Amino acid sequence: MAFLMHFFAVYGNLVNFIGINALMALGLYVTLSAGQLSLGNAAFAGIGGYTAGILTMQFHAPYILSITSGAMLSGIVAVLIGLPVLRLRGVFLAMATLSFGEVVRIAAVNLTITGGAQGLVGIPNKTTTGLIFTVLALTGYFMAKLRQSRIGWSFESIREDEAAAASLGVNTTFYKTVAFTIGAIISGLAGGMYAHLNFIISPGEFGFSAAVQLLIYNIVGGTRIWYGPLLGATLLTALPEVLRGIGVTAGPIRMCVNGIILLLVILFLPNGLISLLSRSSSIAGPRP
Amino acid sequence: MLLEIVGITKTFGGIRALDGVSFSVEKGAIHGLIGPNGAGKTTLINVLSGTAKPMEGRILLEGALIHSLPPYKVAALGIARTFQNIRLFAGMNCVENVIAGQHLKAKRQLLPRLLHLPSANREEREYRDKAMACLKRVGIEHRAAIPAGYLSYGERRRLEIARALALEPRILLLDEPVAGMRRRGIEQVGGLIRSLATQGMTILLIEHNMKFVMELCSRITVLNFGRVITTGAPSEVGRHPQVIEAYLGAEA
Ligand SMILES: Nc1ncnc2c1ncn2[C@@H]1O[C@H](COP(=O)(O)OP(=O)(O)O)[C@@H](O)[C@H]1O
Ligand SMILES: [Mg+2]
Repeated sequence: MAFLMHFFAVYGNLVNFIGINALMALGLYVTLSAGQLSLGNAAFAGIGGYTAGILTMQFHAPYILSITSGAMLSGIVAVLIGLPVLRLRGVFLAMATLSFGEVVRIAAVNLTITGGAQGLVGIPNKTTTGLIFTVLALTGYFMAKLRQSRIGWSFESIREDEAAAASLGVNTTFYKTVAFTIGAIISGLAGGMYAHLNFIISPGEFGFSAAVQLLIYNIVGGTRIWYGPLLGATLLTALPEVLRGIGVTAGPIRMCVNGIILLLVILFLPNGLISLLSRSSSIAGPRP
Repeated sequence: MLLEIVGITKTFGGIRALDGVSFSVEKGAIHGLIGPNGAGKTTLINVLSGTAKPMEGRILLEGALIHSLPPYKVAALGIARTFQNIRLFAGMNCVENVIAGQHLKAKRQLLPRLLHLPSANREEREYRDKAMACLKRVGIEHRAAIPAGYLSYGERRRLEIARALALEPRILLLDEPVAGMRRRGIEQVGGLIRSLATQGMTILLIEHNMKFVMELCSRITVLNFGRVITTGAPSEVGRHPQVIEAYLGAEA
């Protein structure tokens, strides 16, 4: 017990950020599980974070109301931009969601209510470790059950072959929008929880590099099952601390290690680190 | 008439892949669609299934216009298809491929699953049994747990038929279902098609194997350069001078 308390005193914040990053990665995972490459999930986290922060600070809304409102607004924005954008495929969809992310970031920089370039400062610290991991566990459970439902099967079919899925009666536009929206809600929720953990949020945190980071969590962990991105987010969030522990402090070296891990995974484990843990084809993917 | 194809034209750039194609398919028939490579057979199946939109013409299913519907709505009306260049879900195993094909028939609601209700398990067992029955129908039930990517070419074609059968369609569009199969496989698929028709399913069959088509089909439509040369019983079609010419011309 004494050990645990010591651990938390030192690494408590790291544990919290692992949980938040895992939740954000799960948000992108939902979209990826329907075969849609989105670079907009960091922006959804931003919408959730700013909305929740503003509601708490300016309108004195209760914490739970703030973060759920942030998640809902993210979801609404996802429906609105999803319908036109999801007609695009592959790289074009990635570019469109990336532009959306930039629009959100620039809006945050230029609006007064968001605190401009400096961001929101002084958001009360209300997100607890217990809440983070409760939400994460519930989201994981939701993912596992979603996979067994009609919605999950539709996502999987669309990811495997969109034309074939449509020939089986899957309304591909509808289910892609559902995937995009569920992903945005989860990312938005994670953003709101992050805002109430970090005291300050600023536009840069939800920009391009954050979007790519979420994608890297998914690729490194694996996107064939919901706990893949959890593994990716955990390892890559903890990595800097581990490196610091062995004496590597320089930023560029850490970035290099990040990049090398990503490259090794793409080259040798195309279905992510999670494929090491399971031989089942639904997780490890087809082996030709 | 169950399915009426009226004056369908489809162009790709300068190519008239379909040029005023008209014919009808009777309920319960095994209707053959033959013609040399590039005749427009696959394009016609794409138009029928909503994948390609015709420039001109109409498609009627029991009198209702369907040619402007998206593929998923066509499927919901009971028209299922297979693809000439097989399109399976390679990351799923065989039974999962068929389960994915149950989209329109199986509810699989989220809420009972979230709440762990026993009804969800019961439902799941029932649908799994149905999926297994589809695999059995095409003769690959012993491969149920094998990833689709591992199957032989012939098995892939059969799995695609099984997945289409999971829709419990009224009309089944088969694009070269026995291409690349050995004799035993061809006979089995032939038997399957016949038994489906006996049960009242209507089948539109593209196939290059003439013996297979002649034996199986009650009517045959011959396409060449996007135009219908003739539609008729196999014996009439086989004697048609333009058909003989088209085939000899294509083979020469
Ligand atoms: N998507 C497409 N884009 C351009 N040309 C096409 C396309 N699909 C088919 N075609 C052309 O239309 C003609 C008919 O093709 P297809 O329907 O595949 O013939 P078949 O199935 O009878 O062999 C061919 O000349 C083919 O090159
Ligand atoms: Mg063809």
